[in-house]
Amino acid sequence: MSNPALGLTMLCLIIVVIMLGFPTAFTLMGLGMVFGFIAFYDPAAPWLDNRVFDLMVQRAFGAMTNETLLSIPLFVLMGYVMERGALVDKMFHSVQLAFRRVPGSLAVTTLIICTFWGIASGLVGAVVVLMGVIAMRPMLNAGYDTRLAAGVITAGGTLGILIPPSVMIIVYAAVAGQSVVKLYAAAIFPGFFLAFLYLVYVIGWAMLNPKVAPRLPIEQQRAIVTPWVAHIAASYSPRMLPALLQAIASPARAVRAPGLQISWLRLVRALMRALVPLWLALLCFGTAWWYVTIYSQKVDEPNTAATQLSQPAGGGTVAATGGLQEPPAQSGDLEAPPGGDEPKAADSGDLQAPPGSESEASAPAAGAAPAGLQQMGGGSAVDEQKAPGIPESFNLVFGLSAAFTLALLVWYYVKFDAEQYEILSMLVSSVMPLATLTIVVLGVILLGITTATESAAVGAAGAFLMAFYARTLDFQRIKEAVFLTAKTTSMVCWLFVGSALFSAVFALLGGQRLVEEWVLSMDLTSLQFMLLSQAIIFVLGWPLEWTEIIVIFVPIFLPLLAHFQIDPMLWGVLVFVNLQAAFLSPPVAMSAFYLKGVCPPHVTINQIFAGMMPYMLIVILCMVIMYVWPGLTLWLPKFLYG
Amino acid sequence: MNTQRLLHTVDRISTFAGKACAWLIIVLMLVVVVEVFKRYILNAPTGFIYDVNNMLYGTLFMMGGAYTLAHDGHVRGDFFYGRFQPRTQAWLDLLLYVLFFLPGIGALTWAGWTYFNESLAMKEQTFNATPLPLYPFKFVIPIAGVVVMLQGIAEIIRCVVCIRTGVWTPRLKDAEEMDVVGQQLANSEYVDDDARREAIERAHSIDEAAHQRGAAGKELT
Repeated sequence: MSNPALGLTMLCLIIVVIMLGFPTAFTLMGLGMVFGFIAFYDPAAPWLDNRVFDLMVQRAFGAMTNETLLSIPLFVLMGYVMERGALVDKMFHSVQLAFRRVPGSLAVTTLIICTFWGIASGLVGAVVVLMGVIAMRPMLNAGYDTRLAAGVITAGGTLGILIPPSVMIIVYAAVAGQSVVKLYAAAIFPGFFLAFLYLVYVIGWAMLNPKVAPRLPIEQQRAIVTPWVAHIAASYSPRMLPALLQAIASPARAVRAPGLQISWLRLVRALMRALVPLWLALLCFGTAWWYVTIYSQKVDEPNTAATQLSQPAGGGTVAATGGLQEPPAQSGDLEAPPGGDEPKAADSGDLQAPPGSESEASAPAAGAAPAGLQQMGGGSAVDEQKAPGIPESFNLVFGLSAAFTLALLVWYYVKFDAEQYEILSMLVSSVMPLATLTIVVLGVILLGITTATESAAVGAAGAFLMAFYARTLDFQRIKEAVFLTAKTTSMVCWLFVGSALFSAVFALLGGQRLVEEWVLSMDLTSLQFMLLSQAIIFVLGWPLEWTEIIVIFVPIFLPLLAHFQIDPMLWGVLVFVNLQAAFLSPPVAMSAFYLKGVCPPHVTINQIFAGMMPYMLIVILCMVIMYVWPGLTLWLPKFLYG
Repeated sequence: MNTQRLLHTVDRISTFAGKACAWLIIVLMLVVVVEVFKRYILNAPTGFIYDVNNMLYGTLFMMGGAYTLAHDGHVRGDFFYGRFQPRTQAWLDLLLYVLFFLPGIGALTWAGWTYFNESLAMKEQTFNATPLPLYPFKFVIPIAGVVVMLQGIAEIIRCVVCIRTGVWTPRLKDAEEMDVVGQQLANSEYVDDDARREAIERAHSIDEAAHQRGAAGKELT
């Protein structure tokens, strides 16, 4: 048998054996070993001198020293700790109260919680089951359409594998030799854009046909106002902010209340809590300002001249750039970050620049959420806006978004009554720690301040602190998180060892070349190749898990991308989104069966499938938009990292 | 019964090795966090820290291989597999263990052992301003290979037992991903009790049924 024929046999065998259900890591190792032995066989040399042994151990050692894979256990640990530390049902309850006036509020809340949790963890099964218990029954009890309820849970639950920091992206980066941070930057807009499309679909459907998502009865929309808060509101002012200020200034009336034990300290703490939205806004703007005008200037100063030349971003301000060439002049300008000179400034600008998608995404949240949530939405939108690609406009955009946020805050505080205070207080205690941590981790990665590994470690440590603070972590749970981390990491990395050997032998036998020649002989256009490759991956996504697809099948396509002039980053992100569609396609989608397991018996699997279908189409729509408008994916990494 | 005890002993050995090394993740996290602090705040980076990180991570996942195998945690395409009778599953597994697992892991162990010996003979060190000895790290490969091999032999015995009796022998209990459902729901305040209890009790069977895409849970539909 000729070598290429052996290679093709290998490829066919691997597909068959994977389908037979043998642990894939060992299948790859065994096949690579056996075929490699044949390929290297030299009748003159003794058996044990076969070079396949060297190849094998080198590949294993390569995986052990792979710096990309190094961040996997850290991100996985972060996810497991967050999952155990966050209080999902509290989060759900408080977000739902904050969104109570939005059409389909329970469904919207479900999507938001899934997105948030998706940032933290990448497990489809656990999210779907948990949301099935926490959200499905309230939705059904409130009279929601079964398809609507089932759809948001399954679609939201699969988002976790897409939204960074996700392990899938690290594995793709390792396989494709891409940078993890760039891929994160590339995946972040498509991820949130997809969540945004889901949200638009749910709200749109609920608005067009209010019967599918009836409003909750009034008594379930109310937050419980604790007696002491009610007392403050009654004795000072119905508006909590002035009421708290007055109470602190003249605490006599509050403290005297019988049986409520209101201390002055408690009042101050309540005031601080009430002002959290303000603090968050200040923090966001402060960080944005610091990043653009101080941090990125400092880093770039030495090579400003060089960067200027290569910097297209400054294009609009040729005259300005001319002036900038002199470092002294430039440092004078620092305040108004010279638009063009900093790739860094530009990047941070990009962050905002995608406002198209991002601020839109947060806008509904901000508009809809009466309460603290909008601060979070607002906060991220602000992040985006702070650093305009063109530095000249930085001050303008910064000022405008500051004014806008201020207006929102004023509006919010005018309406801030005792009930709003209770909702805010719940949001602060349940959602904020998780939200802060994820925003910090993502921000740190995206702004290029530390490497992926370092932010993963800081994120994991932060998750521990958060969980200790929330008092949800005991030794038992730490143990579980640690052991699960070890199992998940071993699963992924052993698979990687196996596939490294397999693909080396496959390439050595000429199988890879054969596949390439065959594809090239089909004379496809780049669009046709894109469609073909994505269609194959979509179909593979039915029976297989993402680990196997990314580690085994994606490498076969990768070398072909250059020929068709497809950016491996764009193609990779399309694969990630594509797998979402595959995991939502009836009748094989696992998430449907997870949900079925926790639903009341009258919900049939077909209703769940029917609910999932539209989301699958939305994912495909999202892919089309990404293909037609590659900037959605590629713009951020380009801006951030040049 | 004796076979059962033997299998569990092997499971315990693998689990112990894996769990002991699992704690390295905490060490890794702390090392990186301290390094971040040193590098970005004190401006005093440590030169050899990348080597340390790699060694911690490499040991962690290599030693976790047998542990993962002992708890059936390696990813497998269970789309069709899950629908087979246990006896069919066992025959398939037995065949493939002998065909692929034994040569693959055998080669890894053997090659790892030679690799380690070469490294030891020259007292290999990392290529760095502050060299660290590299051969202990390379020793992880044959060690991990031996433990995985041991566990694989136990799995082969499992298959034989299953072919004889028609049922899979039980595995040790261990932390699972679905445990989080129970933990989250246990402290929940807004979920009604029946739903909570039911979900906690059934979490694991739901997991299994979902992996087989409802094949085992046909009665659910």
